[in-house]
Amino acid sequence: MEHPAAPLLALAGIDKQFTGVKALIGAGLNLYAGEVHTLMGQNGAGKSTLIKVLTGVYTPDSGSIVFDGAAISPRSTQEAQAIGISTVYQEVNLCPNLSVAENLFIGSYPRRFGLVDWRAMARQARALLAQLQVDIDVTAPLGRYPLAIQQMVAIARALRISARVLILDEPTSSLDEAEVQLLFGVLRRLREQGMAILFVTHFLEQTYAISDRITVMRNGEREGEYLCKDLSRIDLVNKMVGVAAPQAESAAAHAADVAEQPVLLHARGIARKGALAPLDLTIRQGEMLGLCGLLGSGRTETARLLFGADKLDAGAIDIHGRAQAFGAPRDAIAQGIGFCSEDRKHEGAILELSVRENLILALQAKRGMLRAIPLRRQQAMAADYVAWLGIKSAGIDTPIGLLSGGNQQKVLLARWLATEPALLILDEPTRGIDVQAKKEIMTFVSGLCRKGMAVLFISSELPEVLAWSDRMLVLRDRKACGSYRRGELDETTVLQAIAGQAA
Amino acid sequence: MSGAKVTAALATAAPTPTRIALALGRLRHPLARPLLALALLLLLDFFLVPGFFHLAVKDGHLYGSLVDIANRAAPLMLAAIGMTLVIATRGIDISVGAVVALSGTVAAVLVGGTMVIQNGVPSYVSRIPMGWALAAALGAAVLCGAWNGLLVAGLKLQPIVATLILMVGGRGLAQLLTDGQIVTVYYQPFFFLGSGYLFGLPCALFIVAIVFAATALLLHKTALGMFIQAVGLNPVAARLAGVRTAALTFFVYVFCSACAGVAGLMICSNIKSADANNAGLLLELDAILAVTLGGTLLAGGSFSLAGSVVGALIIQTLTYTIYAMGVAPEVNMVVKAVVVFLVCMSQSAQFRRLFMRGRAA
Repeated sequence: MEHPAAPLLALAGIDKQFTGVKALIGAGLNLYAGEVHTLMGQNGAGKSTLIKVLTGVYTPDSGSIVFDGAAISPRSTQEAQAIGISTVYQEVNLCPNLSVAENLFIGSYPRRFGLVDWRAMARQARALLAQLQVDIDVTAPLGRYPLAIQQMVAIARALRISARVLILDEPTSSLDEAEVQLLFGVLRRLREQGMAILFVTHFLEQTYAISDRITVMRNGEREGEYLCKDLSRIDLVNKMVGVAAPQAESAAAHAADVAEQPVLLHARGIARKGALAPLDLTIRQGEMLGLCGLLGSGRTETARLLFGADKLDAGAIDIHGRAQAFGAPRDAIAQGIGFCSEDRKHEGAILELSVRENLILALQAKRGMLRAIPLRRQQAMAADYVAWLGIKSAGIDTPIGLLSGGNQQKVLLARWLATEPALLILDEPTRGIDVQAKKEIMTFVSGLCRKGMAVLFISSELPEVLAWSDRMLVLRDRKACGSYRRGELDETTVLQAIAGQAA
Repeated sequence: MSGAKVTAALATAAPTPTRIALALGRLRHPLARPLLALALLLLLDFFLVPGFFHLAVKDGHLYGSLVDIANRAAPLMLAAIGMTLVIATRGIDISVGAVVALSGTVAAVLVGGTMVIQNGVPSYVSRIPMGWALAAALGAAVLCGAWNGLLVAGLKLQPIVATLILMVGGRGLAQLLTDGQIVTVYYQPFFFLGSGYLFGLPCALFIVAIVFAATALLLHKTALGMFIQAVGLNPVAARLAGVRTAALTFFVYVFCSACAGVAGLMICSNIKSADANNAGLLLELDAILAVTLGGTLLAGGSFSLAGSVVGALIIQTLTYTIYAMGVAPEVNMVVKAVVVFLVCMSQSAQFRRLFMRGRAA
């Protein structure tokens, strides 16, 4: 792409060192007005650090930041904002208890005769959101709206302080497909208005859907800057990982084998008011069943019902042909079911406990409190799983909270594998973790499937579901709307199935 | 146990000068700080109170200030042991004092004691066999705990509100049982519990030792300790991993009340009467204080049983010191508050950072 103008924002030679760790080594980035620029790299590649340098959270050890021809060195996010650099974080950092309008105008409420002019505020808030084609009640508390809307509000707030550079740090990781499209629509409009947008994401699809330019980071350095249209997906992954990524091999043979296996779990008309309409579901031994659908289509709700985390209003669950009633997760665990929640921090890891304790927790709970696993066996198990799954940790007694997301996920996976489950439910096991760890986890799980473990695999990343599942169940509006064998769907048709258009 | 690990990891991760890091390293063990505080207090006593460390054997009993402090701290140590587990699950039990009063009252009313003259020798008999009376008192305490547990684990009330009900109601019930009067006990064997001696040491200390050992064994030889931590740190994750969170929560409240029940018997036996109005008054606050002094965070999670016992000893030593120095009793509260303030500050990461920055500069 040709550039009539110099970059609006240019970072060059940025070094940043934390105690003993070089987070950034001569890193750089060029943002151009009217472009969406995606920053990619594995976890720990230095993306977050670079953004924090750019927004004034960190001060770089050396290097220069040039904005619109003048050198700047923001000391705080407020200073960066005043210059014209606004950031929207993954976890929306607004106040959910305040109204939408208040959030938009925090710190500078419109005043009239010294008092807050609520009406003007609401009017201006509506106007701001209208620019993003969002029409909501701006006097309602922000927390009442879905995350996507909250993000729109955060963007609108960035626009209000007339940003020229907008940074979006993994904005889509909690959004469903429709919400992502809504967000992208907004981004395209902002791009047309000449804003420079920096987008950080783990999702390849989204990168290609929106980006003009990609900067790849690896090990704290800028690996390179590429025009989106010149860089193939395989090349991109290779540049991020640093080695050639092998193509996922065909598993059609396995899928055919599985169809002959006995049924492990049969759910008949399971339902819960406000969560899931009656749903039938069958999983065979050794089968990987993909569950796809938009966010809110009932995927997680199905998983929670199968695991006993929520109670059934109707329907029944048979395991090996015998009806079971799950009053609590431990009942499901006793029947050989494991469940990795999508919310790793709140529903999975116990951050202050060690890797070892996190790992044995489910097995210990299954054995019962009185039959404590001897410490030596705990240590042996933890060491085995750490080696087996390639968990990077200072030691088995390190608190799990100090591990990276991908490694935490591996420990939680190990927690369930230790209980030797017949069925493992994985809800977004690869969310927010890097490409390498994703591949390792899924390869490992699919290896276990071949040994007879059944897996219910939930993921928002459709290519993943397509690549790994033997069969797919599509959910829409809290109802099942189709079951497909491996190979029956491709990336286009699965989208049609999910969206409810004729497939 | 894991609290130490976190602190250790943080201490290595934080960019502090090596000298300070080393000094902190020595204080890394969770018991180090409470023990240090206790040692400082004892040192103070060594200089201020003549013959403080003097121990003597009279009538086959060991006498001395140290024995006295430990003996007087016994009910508080029991209450603190129970409170530790409740706090570790992110809860709190402010009904401890009321349970103390209730259990003491039940025992006193049932034991009672009347003088009868047999063959010209006066002797005292209990109203019902003492074993039954003690069992009934403990049973009442356990019922109190079950009530608390039901409200917190079953109805999901906030612990402070749930136990507030019994804090008021328990003492009220005890007063109903005694018509607001002090019930005096005349039955000799009952006094053994609170003021008897065994192998030259107060019987109360053996009871504390047994409860402590049994609790420690239960925590470490079963998975109870880990489960309590898991529930305290992340109840949702613990439930999804198959831990019976509700049952566990119910249990810790029952356990706490049972400990309070034993403490109540001890106090009642020691003062030879049941005072429903004043027995165990504000004991829950001292117990919470002891747990905090022992290094257990009120936020739940990692806890230290031994730390809580040391915390109880700190409180009792402090009280003793103030009395021994001839300071007016009303000053006791203020001094206690100052000590608590200092300990809490030493636990606050924010304060430590401020303090260390000052030193590093």
